[in-house]
Amino acid sequence: MAFLSYLISGLGLGSVYAIIALGYSMVYGIAKMLNFAHGDVIMVGAYVSFFAMTVAGVPFAVSVPAAVLVCTLLGMTVERLAYKPLRQASSLAVLITAIGVSYFLQNGAQLLWGSDTKIYPTILPGAVSLFGGQLSVSYLTIVTILTCILIMVCLMLFINKTRTGKAMRACSEDKGAATLMGINVNKIISITFAIGSGLAAIAAVLLCATYPSVYPTLGSMPGIRAFTAAVFGGIGSIPGAFLGGLLLGVIETFAKAYISTQLSDAIVFAVLIIVLLIKPTGLLGHKISEKV
Amino acid sequence: MKFSKFAKGGLAAVMAMGMMACSNGGASGTASTTPAEGDAAAIKLGFSGPLTGDASVYGLAVQHAAEIAVEEVNAMDGVKFSLNAQDDQADPEKAVSAYNALMDWGMQVAMLTVTSGAGQAVAPYYQKDNVFGLTPSASSTGVIYADAENNANPFGTVFQMCFTDPNQGTASADYLKEHTELGTKIAVIYRSDDNYSTGIYNTFMAEAKAKGLDVVSDAAFVNSDTDYSVQVKQAADAGADILFLPIYYQPASQILVEANKQGYKPTFFGCDGMDGILSLENFDTSLAEGLYMLTPFSADAADEKTKNFVAKYQEKYGEVPNQFAADAYDCVYALKQACDAAGVTADMSAADITSAMVSQFTSMTFDGITGTSMTWSKTGEVSKDPKAVVIQNGVYVSVAD
Amino acid sequence: MNKVINTLFNPKVRSRTISFLVVIAAYVILTLLSATGHLSRLFTSLLVPVTAYIVAAIGLNLNVGISGELNLGQAGFMSIGAFSAVVVSGVLQAAGVGDILRLIICMAAGALIAALMGWLISIPVLKLQGDYLAIVTLAFGQIIMSLLNNSYVGIDSKGLHFAFVNNTIQMEQGGRLLISGPMGATGVGIASTFTAGFVLVLIALAVVYNLMYSRSGRAIMASRDNRIAAESVGIKVSQAKTLAFVTASCLAGAAGALYALNYSSFAATKFDFNNSILLLVYVVLGGLGNMTGTVIATTLLVVLPEMLRFLQNYRMLIYAIVLIVIMLVSNNEFLRLRMQMLRTRLKKKGAEADE
Repeated sequence: MAFLSYLISGLGLGSVYAIIALGYSMVYGIAKMLNFAHGDVIMVGAYVSFFAMTVAGVPFAVSVPAAVLVCTLLGMTVERLAYKPLRQASSLAVLITAIGVSYFLQNGAQLLWGSDTKIYPTILPGAVSLFGGQLSVSYLTIVTILTCILIMVCLMLFINKTRTGKAMRACSEDKGAATLMGINVNKIISITFAIGSGLAAIAAVLLCATYPSVYPTLGSMPGIRAFTAAVFGGIGSIPGAFLGGLLLGVIETFAKAYISTQLSDAIVFAVLIIVLLIKPTGLLGHKISEKV
Repeated sequence: MKFSKFAKGGLAAVMAMGMMACSNGGASGTASTTPAEGDAAAIKLGFSGPLTGDASVYGLAVQHAAEIAVEEVNAMDGVKFSLNAQDDQADPEKAVSAYNALMDWGMQVAMLTVTSGAGQAVAPYYQKDNVFGLTPSASSTGVIYADAENNANPFGTVFQMCFTDPNQGTASADYLKEHTELGTKIAVIYRSDDNYSTGIYNTFMAEAKAKGLDVVSDAAFVNSDTDYSVQVKQAADAGADILFLPIYYQPASQILVEANKQGYKPTFFGCDGMDGILSLENFDTSLAEGLYMLTPFSADAADEKTKNFVAKYQEKYGEVPNQFAADAYDCVYALKQACDAAGVTADMSAADITSAMVSQFTSMTFDGITGTSMTWSKTGEVSKDPKAVVIQNGVYVSVAD
Repeated sequence: MNKVINTLFNPKVRSRTISFLVVIAAYVILTLLSATGHLSRLFTSLLVPVTAYIVAAIGLNLNVGISGELNLGQAGFMSIGAFSAVVVSGVLQAAGVGDILRLIICMAAGALIAALMGWLISIPVLKLQGDYLAIVTLAFGQIIMSLLNNSYVGIDSKGLHFAFVNNTIQMEQGGRLLISGPMGATGVGIASTFTAGFVLVLIALAVVYNLMYSRSGRAIMASRDNRIAAESVGIKVSQAKTLAFVTASCLAGAAGALYALNYSSFAATKFDFNNSILLLVYVVLGGLGNMTGTVIATTLLVVLPEMLRFLQNYRMLIYAIVLIVIMLVSNNEFLRLRMQMLRTRLKKKGAEADE
């Protein structure tokens, strides 16, 4: 029973990683940039929903769209000001700018809202009891996993069925060719950032509902984990990000439970390395054959 | 082609000139609190701490409290201070830079650093340059001893306002040994990439073994962890009725939330880093009900000094001061007491000030808000009583021995 | 004379000459300033860390710029060098070896051990490509940090003692812990000097330029530009890339040793992912494959936050803005074209003046 219980808390953690990874993977797959500021957009989303609930006193259900709105606007502004001028530059230049944006958001948040931890209100308390009370699964974990699946399905439908989605896939394959086909690549990338940042807000809410502390650097570690999860699952693959996130959470929990709490970080990354050696393009990534 | 040679060679010169030009700019204009009547009489008091980044909550607390204390001291008779706070991001490398920036400014006495890692890196410089430093919160023994393993080769000019980490580990083990009514099966959760937490943990484990305490589970987490469910579950599964948390209050609050979620209700026990847990914004203080901690300071104490400090701090910064702030406040007053007693003035040579301070600190007794009748040993270690408090109805209640 | 200048500045070796000139000029100027007391303590204390970061960044530039592999774990190799140096230094100090010799041996040991680890790590890493390779270097960086964070090394008259995760070292009286887990290295005997850092930068530049302009260097660049084409003309791509990777980690190791012996205490968490990223920032800002650029960018970016100290709590915010603005300006198409025009015009003038 302990095994199942660890599995479930691993899935809970993993679903939070997965939901961050979805947004990350999407931006990554289409704009082809490591958006290191993604974690910090999550942080902003967390603060917005926190203040919406505690200061403005609106219910949780209203705070979520508020966070989504703010994050979307933030994502688009950042994209317009900091990333768009670098469209022609190397992807590494954009990466450095993203790091600058990340520092900016972290330090800005610290100056605006203080550096001490704030405790996020409890959302959805309670748990389902299974096997005569031996195992309990919190409602929150269930909601997180369901939200995650819902978002994944929506994203896949959007990308595979809509015109904009098709354009996104085209940009992801080959920006030059997409431009020649009459696709406004700039617009598509802006839309990608808007969606990615909106997803970051949802991730923020679920992250903070599960682990209720809000502080200026809250996004940086989950950001790196999400990046790891996205690569683990296969870059640019939406189901891959989902699977990668879940597996990462489960591996992390098992490593802590059965091997060592001190070395769990090292173990997680070691597993990642082994998986990538066996499947060099991630779990669900498809191999792009090189043209000669 | 000749041009490019000159251009690039010139770049090197520009780089060097830039360094020099800024060195002057960097040193001036950093003072944050200066007394009203001219700088001439004020003693230059400096410290560095994390004012930005991950650990900035501690550095800012020290900065705020020190500003309040310096303001008060400057309004009184006797010595005046001019305060300079430098950012070190809790990083040894930056702390050395910050120390040198302070020395460029002309620092005469110091509050060293806020964090231990940074303190360990700068302490040898205090010894070498013969500057007196009294740290509010760098609690590792490596801050006062060059050879921390054997408590040997003290730096001699570095003193602490806080307990050393091993001291807290021993005190915690002693307390749990004496108070078996709290529980007998102990679980520990500590942060394995943190100086403070592992410092207490290592001594506690050694003492627990020596004293025959029953430690049934010990688990660690690292800074990057967000999930504590495994650690809490392991403690619960081991049947521990005491959960010892030698960690700071932010992760501790998450552990309390997690334990509550799992329906696990042991007696929580913490050290001075636990102070501050009640003032976390939006924290459900009922979760901390019955939490014991060994701390020399409580913001709810009824004495005049504490009340005055807490009221001022709240008015100015809108927060309840934590342990770090209280220690910093005491530091400034202890420095004032020593300066006044030794008749230290700003025009004395640095060496004279340092030797006067060292002789005062090793002989004087100080009453502050983090303890009364404090004394210091020649090695710089403070001696004061840790108070055990328990949280009842959302406030600290002192526990009688 | 003219002939010498012509060889030194012929296009093939020009960048090399310029790099050396910049570094030597900076060294001479800074030493003069320091000797005449015109350099503040703050900036004097920055000289050694700046040189250490320069060496690590030069190594990373070899990896990222010349070999074309995104390495997000360079700080990990720095920490291997740093902690090896601490242990070696502890042993040498106990044996009473002088500071200069100790520093040289420590840097050599740091470089060697980091190179060895770099070689071991390169075996799995170089099996991958692109972003997958990047994440694996990140993973190794994190693993190294995590392992070092749990390592304990002590020394007494019987020799070295090691422990892992829990400090179980039992030492006789007078024994000293060199590395104590999360507290990191303590009581390191400071031995690094600016001159040592300067020499190390020169060595790093010499190594990298010699590699770049050698047969192996051309093989490395060919593998970067087109792997398949390189393979088809008989270049052993994996061998070429391994050479670049190992050299990069070797330089990082030496840099780490230099860094370690400059601070009496530091922890493994110093060399975390953020530090790797910072090194990458120096490299990208200086220009991929441009070693002079790396030297200048590293210097500026290490010094910048210190220059911003007067901004107090706002300095990291301003630093972030400066970073973004620098990237935007340096990659601005319009400005770049203008600079190019200016450069060609000046070149023309220079040529006329020469005649």
